[in-house]
Parts: sequence; structure tokens; C-alpha cells
Amino acid sequence: MSSACSLLHLAEADDREFKMGDYEAAVARWCPGCGDHSVLTAVQRLLTEEQLKPEDTVFVSGIGCSSRFPHYMKTYGFHGTHGRALPISTGIKLNRPDLEVFAVMGDGDCVSIGAGHWVHAIRYNIDMVALLLDNNIYGLTKMQTSPTTPQGQKSNTQPQGSWLPPMNPLSVTLGVTNASFVAQTVEWVPSHLFATLKEAFHHKGFSFVRILQRCPAYLPKLFEDAITDPERIELLVHPDGVEAKDLEGVYKDRVYHDPTDIDAARRFAEDQSKVRIGVYFRDESRPRYEETRHLPTLTAEEKLSVLDQEFDRYAV
Amino acid sequence: METKLPIVGADASGGKGSPKGRQITQAKMSTVEIVSDPGEGAQKCAQIFGAISAKMGNGVWTVEIIPAEIQPPPRLPAGASGNRIRIGSVPVTNWGDRSKVVVALNDQVLLARHRLDALEDDAIVLIENMWKDHTDEDIRQQWVDAMEEVSDRNYRIIEIPMEEECLKIVDNPRRGKNMWVLGLLCYLYDRDLELAAAQIADTFRKKAQEITDRNVELLNAGFSWAAENLGFGFEVRPIGDDRPHVVMNGNEALAMGAVASGMDLAAMYPITPATSVSHHLGEEFLKFGGLLHQAEDEIAAAGVAIGASWSGKCAFTITSGPGLALKTEFIGLAIMTEIPLVVVDVQRGGPSTGLPTKVEQSDLLAALYGQPGDAPRVVIAPATIEECFYSMITARKIAEAFRTVVMVLSDANLATGVSPFPRPELDPSWVAAPPDLSPIPEGLRPYDWDPQTGLSRRFIPGSPGGMHTLTGLAHDEGSKVAYDSEINQRASAMRSRKLAVFQSTLKPPSVNGPEEGDMLVVGWGSTKGAIEEAVEEAREEGLSVSNLHLTFLSPLEPGLKEIFSRFKKVVTIEINYSDEPDDPYITPENRRLGQLAWLLRAHILVDVDCWTRVLGEPLRPGAILNAIREKMPEGGVS
Repeated sequence: MSSACSLLHLAEADDREFKMGDYEAAVARWCPGCGDHSVLTAVQRLLTEEQLKPEDTVFVSGIGCSSRFPHYMKTYGFHGTHGRALPISTGIKLNRPDLEVFAVMGDGDCVSIGAGHWVHAIRYNIDMVALLLDNNIYGLTKMQTSPTTPQGQKSNTQPQGSWLPPMNPLSVTLGVTNASFVAQTVEWVPSHLFATLKEAFHHKGFSFVRILQRCPAYLPKLFEDAITDPERIELLVHPDGVEAKDLEGVYKDRVYHDPTDIDAARRFAEDQSKVRIGVYFRDESRPRYEETRHLPTLTAEEKLSVLDQEFDRYAV
Repeated sequence: METKLPIVGADASGGKGSPKGRQITQAKMSTVEIVSDPGEGAQKCAQIFGAISAKMGNGVWTVEIIPAEIQPPPRLPAGASGNRIRIGSVPVTNWGDRSKVVVALNDQVLLARHRLDALEDDAIVLIENMWKDHTDEDIRQQWVDAMEEVSDRNYRIIEIPMEEECLKIVDNPRRGKNMWVLGLLCYLYDRDLELAAAQIADTFRKKAQEITDRNVELLNAGFSWAAENLGFGFEVRPIGDDRPHVVMNGNEALAMGAVASGMDLAAMYPITPATSVSHHLGEEFLKFGGLLHQAEDEIAAAGVAIGASWSGKCAFTITSGPGLALKTEFIGLAIMTEIPLVVVDVQRGGPSTGLPTKVEQSDLLAALYGQPGDAPRVVIAPATIEECFYSMITARKIAEAFRTVVMVLSDANLATGVSPFPRPELDPSWVAAPPDLSPIPEGLRPYDWDPQTGLSRRFIPGSPGGMHTLTGLAHDEGSKVAYDSEINQRASAMRSRKLAVFQSTLKPPSVNGPEEGDMLVVGWGSTKGAIEEAVEEAREEGLSVSNLHLTFLSPLEPGLKEIFSRFKKVVTIEINYSDEPDDPYITPENRRLGQLAWLLRAHILVDVDCWTRVLGEPLRPGAILNAIREKMPEGGVS
């Protein structure tokens, strides 16, 4: 109804220049040292660099510490229900492919209660960014085992130690037909985190990024080895992935990995001997659900005229 | 109903093609059913017969007889498949009581109908006779046993060599016998053969021409055989309503209504008996620029609809009982965050998987109260197939205007019933406007509730200046998580207030029959036609009874207390479970009531009795009439 006005407004607003502060809504209330802070900063930097219009950008989350994320972004945000960020994101993109959608999920959210949606969202391959903020533990509800908790790790629900080997979100994602972008990064290397997010954002399709991060409250030592010992980290580098040239001096273990090679990607994902970061897989040729399903919008009169013809078939 | 206007033989020479001396029974309504093993095409035959009858100006109600299994072995009562068609010289609003005529393609499917008490005591049974002298001795014995079992009724059994006659035209009569039977029925009911041929052509329009040709040949053969061998027929005159009509089932009407409402996105997961709405949308929605999303599960279907609604035009999701249970959390989220959403529940028997293909009205309280926490929403129940169409337009408008969830309660009776209704005159104001993405004025907040009405402007992504994060957590006007103790009280009041405001726009319901009397029957949803038929019959018997039918269940329509006060007794009639007052251990205090009876008692603070059944079939007007007689207050018979 007022689309003409809003178009005019947007045309004027195109000269707006957005600074980091334009994307900041409130002071984040995560624990000091929580990995969520780094991700928030990297994302705000990405939006600034890409100059995304705040009104055309949407952050969708579920429930958990990391799902507070949208509250700290001065964009549109949808802080929904546990595990359901992806169906909501799907609905938004189906209706409004013009919006930039980011889903922010924790490991309980994505890999446990929302696992069914996760697998299907990979298959739908809708053009959006899905961030798995994986700290291997439930934080908001105070230290319960998550599907990615290391085997043997004690928690309030499994005080004798986690009974089972953890789920591997990378292997699962890479196992789904029609996966189109799978990457892993860590929150404690900001340049790699940012470079990975940037690749994810520019990929046309469902960009799944697992971000390993610390939980200072409940698993403070979880990634201590990887943080203190650069040899625990292996970089997957490629011009179509993350090159991480600035990190050459720190991380010597660098593997040139072509992200079109899904077999190699799956092998790297399975092998847990190293914390391997970079773009595992990327294929922009995969069909995108919202594109295959996108349809022209008809006016009310056009719709009713088609409906009237439809009624002819039912006429008596 | 056949007994209403019986003029036997009075019009014996009437009707084109009728032989002299044919006995014609005039009927205000006549009910015929066709039953067979699945795959023999009884449903197609019946659908075409219903369509022809509608085109000839009769009132029609067609209902499917659905087998309990997908591929039952042949010749099993549990496999009986087909349709009942009730036609009338007046509008037909329900499936009636028992059938006057049944065409049975074997003795076992006849038994199924007999055992369900689906046939009148003097029903005319037209039965395939190939089983009687079958080479298989077991089958011959089954025939004998079946005839013995049905002999306690005065059925007029006419054995017909259907197979033998069809073999003159086709090699495999299993495919084609239905069209021969159609011809036979066309003779019995004086249907226009040209119209029948045209309907066959339309039905098989996607197949080769020779299929249509052969089916028309079978049609004519069935008609000729009947003309030579059956010396009777029925005359059911047209209603005389010249308005153009359309004929469809309730699920098709819901789908068409969704299109007319301007909703562009439907998200669903397959579930009986709701799925055929999406079959229809899957085929037709594309033409309207609409999108049918089959989600990975019921929960995701609700989530996708919510995501779509939040970011623009109202979307909807379609389900049935078990799916509604799964959508519970998301419906609560939509109510909490005030996102418009239409949820269609095509009710079936429950709880759990229940009776997937059979009708029940057992989801009323789940639809109203199925959320943990206080979650007010609008609940409406179409009573007719026509109302299925309009309810979607209404639902979309309410959902957007009041930023709330609107539940539409249809059921398996409406979903599978086929009946004509006046062709809607399409109105562009039905169609949702494009979402308002204009800039949000400085200072306006995403939940700036009007303190009187609870209403507020929706902020849709894309609107400059409207950035906020909505949350399922308790929140204030600015969508900020509520830490202040007063906020939750205020926000709850605002969400609740909207229902009262909406109720203030409704008119009190009208009473069908005298405005006061001994008994008021109250119903909701698909039972309207059967209840009205029974109540009118009861009045003809001299009983002082009226009825009232509710479309809005939440909020309830206004003025009920005053209306109820004019009757000595109020009784709801519903297709859900209630204890019988005289059952063991049942007392007036512990008796569990019909769901509408609970609701009315709670809201209106008057005594409401109920009569309910969960037999897996629509209510029969005759059974309702009996219930009315039994429930009449003392001295009620005038």
C-alpha cells in the first residue's frame, strides 16, 4: 500500500553510511570471556564492511546463551523457541528473499533439539548464513551435557562423564545431499573468524559455519590446548576458501584444500586429530529452494480473475 | 426422508426415456450409496453422479465411505469403499440417516453397510450377482451367509449381472463396472445422459479419448439395461435456485478461500484428513503466485508460516489433531509475539492417532486452551462447505487486524463432503494488501499497545526505523525482555483485551426457530445441517425446541446468556466424548461433558446438558431427533 513511499525513502537512504555503532543495540550480557562476544564483534564488523541496511537484515535465534545474539544487533531480530531458528528463517526467506537472514544457534539448539530442522535446512539450501556457536555445553541452563560435549566430560546431567562420543556437526552437514557451504572457525582467532564469516556471507546458498568457542563458566579449559598450542590447529587454505595469509607466522600447519572436493572435506571432518579450520566445502551450483520456488506476485484483481476461472471448473 | 412426499406411480409416464408403467417415487430427498472393494471406482462413479445431480439443480451432499486400510484384500467388509450421495429437491446440508438405495459390487461390502446400520429397513439393494454362482465354493458360501445375515431386514434385493453385462464391452470389468453402474443410477434417478457423458469426459480429460469413449459406452449400456429390467425409479425435483453454483468439498473450499484471502504461503506436513487441502494448493496455488511448502515436520510447518507471516503477509498452516499437538509451542510463540497466523485444523478422531479418516469435534478445547501459559486466540468453526471458503477470508483479516492467531476448525465431515453452494462473487477487498513497509515514525515502539484495545502497529522487516528483536520472553512495549514485575501483567492484559475488542464487533447469534421454548440445542461446526434437520422435525412433532449454531468459539458470540434464559433447558450436540449421566460411577459432579458444554457452562454460568457421540461418523439427524425427545424437560411435549 505504501510501497511507493518506502521505495522513495530507501532511494534517499542509499547514501547512508553505517558504522559499527549503527549495528549495536545494547551492551551484551554474556559472561566475561565468553566466545559469543567475539562472534558478535566479528558479525558487526561484517555488516559494517558490507554496509548492510539494518532494516533489511534479520537475525534469528533459538534459545540459549548465544540466542541472545539478536538482542544486541540493531537490525530486525527474532528470538524464538528452542531449536526452531531454522524453520523461522526458512519462512522469512521464502516470503522475503530480499532480506539478509542470519540464524544464530548454540549446540543444544542446532545439534540437539533442532537437529531435524538443521538436516533439512542444509538440504533446502536457502541463501542465508547459519552460525553454530559450539561451546560443547549447555550454559543458560547451567552445565548440562550437549550432543557435542566430549566423551567423559562431567556435567550436571551426566556427573559420571558424558556416556557417548560427541556428534560431529561437520560430518553430519557434509553428509546431507545438497549441502553447499560448510566451514569451521574458532572465536579466539578474530581474523580467521571474520574471514570465514565473510566467505559464508558471500556464498549463494545455505552457509553453515561451526564456530568453536569457549565457555568460561562451565568448560573454561575445553580449548586450552588449541589456544595455547598453535600446532593443535590446522588451517585449510584456498583462494576459494580462507587464505589466512596473516596467520602464516602463527599456524604453520597449513593444508591446501580445494573446497569443491567433498571427499577430502569429509575426510578432514572425520579426522579429529587436529582442530581444522577453514572452508571445508563449497558448491554454488546446488539448487536453492527459495529460488526454485519463487513466484511472481499477482495483484488482487489478477488473483481473483484466476480464481474466477478456477471456479468455472467447479461450476454447476 | 423418502416417506415425506410419496406419490407412488402418480407420475409413471414422466421422465424422458422412462418406459410406460414404470413406478416412480417422488422424493423430497433420496439417499443412495455405491460400495465396492477399493480400486473398483465406486467413488468416481458417485462423484460423477453427485456432480450431475448438482448440475440438474438438486441439493446434493456426498460423503466418502473410506476403507480402514490402504490395500485391504478383496471382498472384506473392512475394505468397503465408496460414497453416499443424498440428493434433494431442497438444499441438502448433511449425509442423512440411512440410505434408500445401495449398489453393492459384492456381498461383503453390503454386509459392511448393513452392520453399520447404514441402510433403511426397506432399502433397495442392487447387487452384483457373479458371486452367487462363483466357482470358488467359499465365495458361494459367503454369499449365502451374507444373504442370511441381512435377511432380518426387509431389503428389496435385486441381483444384477453387472460383470456379465460389462464383459460385452470391456475385457476387464473391474475397470469400468463403475461407469455401467453410473448408467444404471442415471436411469433410476432420471439423470440427463448427455450431462453424464460430459461429466465423464471432464473426469477423464487427462486420459486418452478412447477411455472417455469406452466409459460413455458403459454408461449407456448400464442405462439401457436398467430401462429394460428395472420397473421403478425416483423423481427428485430441482430446487429451483437459479443462482450459479459451484460444487466442491470442504478442503477444496478452504484452499479456494485461502487464495481469495490473498494469503500466499501455506506450510504443512501430510496428515489425514487435512492433506487434500494441500493437494489442491499444490496444483492450484502456483497459478496465483502462491507457495505451498511441505515442511520436514508439523513443527517446522508452523515455524515457516510464522517466519513468513512476521516478514509480510499473513501465512497459514494446515493440520489435524496430532499435528496440532506438535504445533502447540509455535502457536504460543505467535500469540506471545503477536504475529498473525491462521491455523487450520481439519479434525479427526482422537486422542493420539485416533481415527485418522473419521470425523470428530474433539479438538475444541485443545484449539482454545492447548497452550501452556495464557494464550488467548480466536477460534472459528465453519459449519458448511460454503463457510469453509469464507472462513479463510475472515480468518486472515482477523489475524492481521488483531495481530493474533486464528484457528479454523473444520473436520473430516466437511473435508470429504461434497455439496454445491452459490458461486462466490469475488471481492478484491478480501485479498490481503501488500505488507506496509513504510518507515516507522520516530518514537513508535513495536508493541505500543493502545491501552483501551491492546492493538498496535506491526513492524515488518524492511521498514526503516523499526528495528527491534521480538522475543517469546515476556516483553514490554519496546519488545525488551521484561524485568519489571508489572510488565507481564500489563502485556497479558493487552493480549487478552484484543479478544474482548473483537467480540464487541460480533452480533448475537440468531436462533433457528421460536425465540423461546422448552429446549435450545446448541452446536458448532459441521453438525449444523443435521441438527437443524432434526430440530425442525422435532418441531413438526410438536416439541418446543429451537437451535443455535456458533461460528465463533473464542471469543464466544455475545448475548448467549440472555438467549439461554429464554429456554427451560440448553443442550449441546457434538461429535466428541461425554459420559452418559446414568453410566456406572457417573454423578452430576464428576460427569465429563461435551467440549462446548464445558465452555458454555464456564462462560455463561448456566446449566448446559449435552448429547454427544464418537462413532466415527457424522451425526445422523434421526439420532439427534431421538436425543432431543429423550432430553426434553418434563412436560416439554405440547
